[in-house]
Amino acid sequence: MTNTVHEPSGQALIQLLTPEGERRSHAEYDSYIQDVDAEMLRGFYRDMALTRRFDQEATALQRQGQLALWVPLRGQEAAQIGSGRATRPSDYIFPTYREHGVALTRNVDFPQMLRIFRGISNGGWDPRENNFHMYTMVLAAQMPHATGYAMGIQRDQAGWDAERLEKDGEAVVAYFGDGSSTEGEVHESMVFAASFNSPVVFFCQNNQWAISVPFSVQSKVPLADRAAGYGFPGIRVDGNDVVAVLAVTRWALERARRGEGPVLIEAITYRMSAHTTADDPTKYRLGADEEAWVGRDPLARLEKHLRDNDLADELFFKQVAVDGDEMATRVRVEAMAFPDPELAQSFANVYAEAHPLIQEELKWHLEYEAGFADTTEEGATR
Amino acid sequence: MSTTTMTLAKAITAGLDKVLATNPKSLLIGEDIGRLGGVYRVTDGLIDTYGPDRVVDSPLGEAGIIGTSIGMAIRGYSPIAEIQFDGFVFPAFNQITTQLAKMRARSEGRFGAPVVIRIPYGGGIGSIEHHSESPEALFAHTAGLRIMAPSNAHDAYWMIQQAAACQDPVIFFEPKRRYWLKGEVDTENPAADAFKAQVIRPGEDATIVTYGPLVPVALAAAEAAREDGRSVEVIDLRSVSPIDFDTITDSVEKTGRLIVTHEAPTFGGLGGEIAARISERAFLSLEAPVIRVGGFHMPYPVAKVEEQYLPDIDKVLEALDRSFAY
Repeated sequence: MTNTVHEPSGQALIQLLTPEGERRSHAEYDSYIQDVDAEMLRGFYRDMALTRRFDQEATALQRQGQLALWVPLRGQEAAQIGSGRATRPSDYIFPTYREHGVALTRNVDFPQMLRIFRGISNGGWDPRENNFHMYTMVLAAQMPHATGYAMGIQRDQAGWDAERLEKDGEAVVAYFGDGSSTEGEVHESMVFAASFNSPVVFFCQNNQWAISVPFSVQSKVPLADRAAGYGFPGIRVDGNDVVAVLAVTRWALERARRGEGPVLIEAITYRMSAHTTADDPTKYRLGADEEAWVGRDPLARLEKHLRDNDLADELFFKQVAVDGDEMATRVRVEAMAFPDPELAQSFANVYAEAHPLIQEELKWHLEYEAGFADTTEEGATR
Repeated sequence: MSTTTMTLAKAITAGLDKVLATNPKSLLIGEDIGRLGGVYRVTDGLIDTYGPDRVVDSPLGEAGIIGTSIGMAIRGYSPIAEIQFDGFVFPAFNQITTQLAKMRARSEGRFGAPVVIRIPYGGGIGSIEHHSESPEALFAHTAGLRIMAPSNAHDAYWMIQQAAACQDPVIFFEPKRRYWLKGEVDTENPAADAFKAQVIRPGEDATIVTYGPLVPVALAAAEAAREDGRSVEVIDLRSVSPIDFDTITDSVEKTGRLIVTHEAPTFGGLGGEIAARISERAFLSLEAPVIRVGGFHMPYPVAKVEEQYLPDIDKVLEALDRSFAY
């Protein structure tokens, strides 16, 4: 079974860096990356390499029994770093559960993210610190939240002139995937956003696979083409080209800020690893398919560009590797040191206001547990 | 004291008006709630006062209505969403149970999504499928939600405001066949805490617990029982989650007999939960098993036979007979 990436019906795939690392000019999108110099490119490489190293460490931690599950993102680093770096700190991000690279661009602390996968927390981090929402595990459920948040922004910015909108205007990025594109909430979120002209960018990472089901089962047309049905622009971008992703996301965010409404970006990428650590891709996809995408590895592409154009030296790449290992060590040490949670705390977070049933059950729970206080033996902990 | 006679529907309108006037972050969203004023006209005229950004005619999608309400709440707004009919809440069931109910737990208490969801509910209006249902138990089973069901105009006026002020999500079930029931609304003296049940008719020999549309039925049954020499206490729960078990327990310790009635199917319904809790709390006071009077285990029937399906005065009296005969 091979997967066919459908050809775009009306538009080309936006690509500014070829898989061979050659820069291609683009009449429309070059203007969005005028500031991208050697230092920024090295920064993107570093972001992507650190993200991949984090992914590798978390996968290892899962294999060693330290995480219940891990959701690898290998292969999607350019789509995530390019789009994340296009946002402003004041923008709000609604991720899926695979946006570890976007999290890096929002300065979410990597070890904190493992609290979810270590069974300590269902939220992980404080979204209000970095405007990076919690991971949502029910596919596409975050999509109407993103539109609603954008509707709130519109109300907060009512009466702003064009200059202020451009300077201080906020926007939302809603991440989803090719699999969840089938969910009804994607449709409703797009209808609402279109009807109210809300400042939200729908960013789809089409990684070709919804666990074992290929994209061709989700859609018979490129997802970007669906935007026309909602009445806003849809654009296909090479999701393994960090520069192109940055350019199109900046374009989409600028237009959203100006009050021109939503955009759907379909970033064509590939999930080089498994869906999760519980998955086995050898059961459903061909090695040849995977091999073909190895040649389109987003990190290799940017590395080649940096080396061929003398934009980074060997020392740089070595330093990134060293920094990655240091980060990975810190992630491991901090994640392993997280204290176990108390069930009593779970009672506290169900409701904001006093609730008689919660109080009654908590009281019972504490009394029951206290009954074991003097029976602990053989190091058993309760 | 400023008391006004209002229908239950208009009392909710007045309560919503008060919320919109006092909380600039509040807004209404739903299908047909703006220009039309809602299919039951509960939001009638509010768009003229507050404009289309605060009384939002939404696209027709329940998951979108609740999902965007959650997003607006995360942004700091206080949305009051309307689901047009009880049976149409299910496209939004995922948003309500996996997202709205869990947002505070997921965020480890950092923030929640204080959305109010208004749902006209219940039968007895001779309507077509999906327009007469009582799905409250499905939501009561979900931790993180609060559920209210007012039964009279005064409560409706105040409870919708209490729901809007609550920092937890509230599903506000409006007894649609009582929308035109008139009552005195005191707009200065608030109703009791919405989460407290109220003894609305004192009695000595038996207790009927109910809420929403069956409150007038329970009161009429108690009056009929009086003619048989039975003194029946009636409790209006008002809050269906949490349930004020203290008030029920106090009553049953006095009367020794308990009938619970709701339109929702008996099996798996809230009557079962009340029966179990009261048997734990007041076992030695009970003179008879707790008897439930609810709907049958079937999809809500067609309108021509719904009168036989719905709990009514005779069914409640029959339950009282069984309790006294035990």
